[in-house]
Amino acid sequence: MTFNLQDGLPPRPPDGVYLDNNATTRVAPEVVEAMLPYLTGNYGNPSSMHAFGAAAGRAVDRARVQTAALLGAALPAEIVFTAGGSESDNLAIVGTLRAHPEKRHLVTTAVEHPAVLGLCRELESRQGYAVDYLPVDGRGGLNLDDLRRALRPDTAVVSVMAANNETGVVFPIEEIGRIVKEHGAVFHVDAVQAVGKLPLDMSVSTVDLLSLSGHKLYACKGVGALYVRRGTKLRPLIAGGHQERGRRAGTENVSGIVALGRACELAAAGREVEAGSVRRLRDRLERAVLSAVPDCRVNGDPDRRLPNTTNISFDYIEGEGILLLLDRAGIAASSGSACTSGSLEPSHVLKAMGVPFIASHGSIRFSLSRYTTEEEIDYTAAAMPRIVERLRAITPFGKERMTFGG
Amino acid sequence: MWDYSEKVLDHFMNPRNVGALDDADGVGEVGSMACGDALRLSFKLDPDGRIADARFQTFGCGSAIASSSMLTEMLKGLTLEQAARISNEDIARELDGLPREKMHCSVMGREALEAAMIDYYRRQGREVPCGLLNQDVEICHCFQVSRDTIVKTVRQYRLREIEDVTHYTKAGGGCTSCHHDIRHLIDEVWQELEAAPAGLVQVELPAADELTRQIREVLENDIARALRTDGGDIELVAIRGRRVHVKLTGACASCPSSGATIKGWVEQQLREHVSPDLEVVEVKS
Repeated sequence: MTFNLQDGLPPRPPDGVYLDNNATTRVAPEVVEAMLPYLTGNYGNPSSMHAFGAAAGRAVDRARVQTAALLGAALPAEIVFTAGGSESDNLAIVGTLRAHPEKRHLVTTAVEHPAVLGLCRELESRQGYAVDYLPVDGRGGLNLDDLRRALRPDTAVVSVMAANNETGVVFPIEEIGRIVKEHGAVFHVDAVQAVGKLPLDMSVSTVDLLSLSGHKLYACKGVGALYVRRGTKLRPLIAGGHQERGRRAGTENVSGIVALGRACELAAAGREVEAGSVRRLRDRLERAVLSAVPDCRVNGDPDRRLPNTTNISFDYIEGEGILLLLDRAGIAASSGSACTSGSLEPSHVLKAMGVPFIASHGSIRFSLSRYTTEEEIDYTAAAMPRIVERLRAITPFGKERMTFGG
Repeated sequence: MWDYSEKVLDHFMNPRNVGALDDADGVGEVGSMACGDALRLSFKLDPDGRIADARFQTFGCGSAIASSSMLTEMLKGLTLEQAARISNEDIARELDGLPREKMHCSVMGREALEAAMIDYYRRQGREVPCGLLNQDVEICHCFQVSRDTIVKTVRQYRLREIEDVTHYTKAGGGCTSCHHDIRHLIDEVWQELEAAPAGLVQVELPAADELTRQIREVLENDIARALRTDGGDIELVAIRGRRVHVKLTGACASCPSSGATIKGWVEQQLREHVSPDLEVVEVKS
């Protein structure tokens, strides 16, 4: 049973097709250009008392202004630079708990990124905190009454993602924030997937703390930020020097911070691209796949989603096989299948949504970028039906036969 | 990205012997969609009793498809006695190795082969050779320790902890990835050693017991419902201390990885919704 994947497909794009931008993005050429001088000539330590240090310090200040501007923050000082999204999430949650030692309860959702979920489970099992994990419905949405019921007088922090990394489903963070504020808890939003794709304006927001990551935003890996609304009590995670106004010790990652600042500047303009051409290409891919492939469906509320993400389940086949064949065709995507993670467990997000095993093992996420082209989308749309047909020819299951025995 | 060998990728991209044999002499089916992988293996014998043809259908990842394909190639021309000696290690070796996390794919091949041969003997009205049923499966790959060895040692020395098993057999002393399986075997042996009459189970499950009520509720409302979507089901057998003994039925019963996939998930659900110190023990039928 030999198979030439390329037969009958449109010409293969020479650099491959990268549709895994929720995992990480390419570093924008403008960003590379901005950061390079801080790796070569301006390599000073911002804390140093000389011209080298002063140049680096000014660059960090400028990046802080750029980052604050994208978020609509009142002051640049509300931005704390970190090593990435996971550190920002940890600083937000643990920093808040340390600042409110009398409060022993947290609320989050069942579909958070492992950076938040893993931390919450740790706090629960090792440090005796109580945590409520809000469930989601079949479309990945929250019931805000669940949140109202979960909040307690000793709730220290509510941590909710702005948009889901796997399905792209967007949570109504301002509605959530209003409820949280009525109960006097601190409101943290993991906006790693949302920054640059959705409008966020801290000047009219209920959000107290907001995490973002550089490498999901066309900057480099190893840099992120936490927005800390003025007046929000927060204890540092990393003690030591006075950097970041004592909220995050350690010599600044100057080139990375410059990259993040420049990426934030580009993101302000990029948002229109995301909402416009990126969304159109995503919809084009989704429509083409859904109409050409039988027994597949979109996971997550199609009307409340990131513009760049589509998560599609292909029944009766397994995601890793799809990814391997896609990879052979030069297309990069990701899957919620257990086999791709080595954990033996399919995606916790799809499980929380009640997606049945027959579909969750065969889920594929395509996440586009501002660099995705129409040719790449049409090539992918042409490859998908062939790949699925191929694997369905091998599987023992199908519409008329879903299990063994009987 | 898994580091698959060229042979694995070749057998995934160009699988041999895909399909079903209409006039098969033996058919073996293991796994289910709920488990994440499943395999149907069929074979046909020639007049001399050698395997003339073998075919497979697989739901699963790249290495599951490659393992199935390789197995069908290995089977051709063998007598059943020879085929019975193919171990999961042999399948993996022929593929130039599998990532450690993917060894269960070769185990599924071995289990489907066993099931197909048992099916053959039953169709023939012949007794299933006991060697076939007791074929040693390697549990600890670091030290090549078989299931038989572990089970016998646990029974003989009344071992209760993984650490003890490591001391007695070396199993589990390396990468620790088999600790789950060893735990399962210890529990299985003790299940047998402590086998109690059905009445006793009732005594241990008073209706008023709050823990029992909660466990029943989560099992019925969350877990069984999810499993039924995929043709599986779950039964509460007993609660002993903090250990919840369950039996997987329906599609889950024949799943080689149910021990890992379903048990882990059930345990997580119970820990999350009832009590974090609960442990799930899977009772095999």
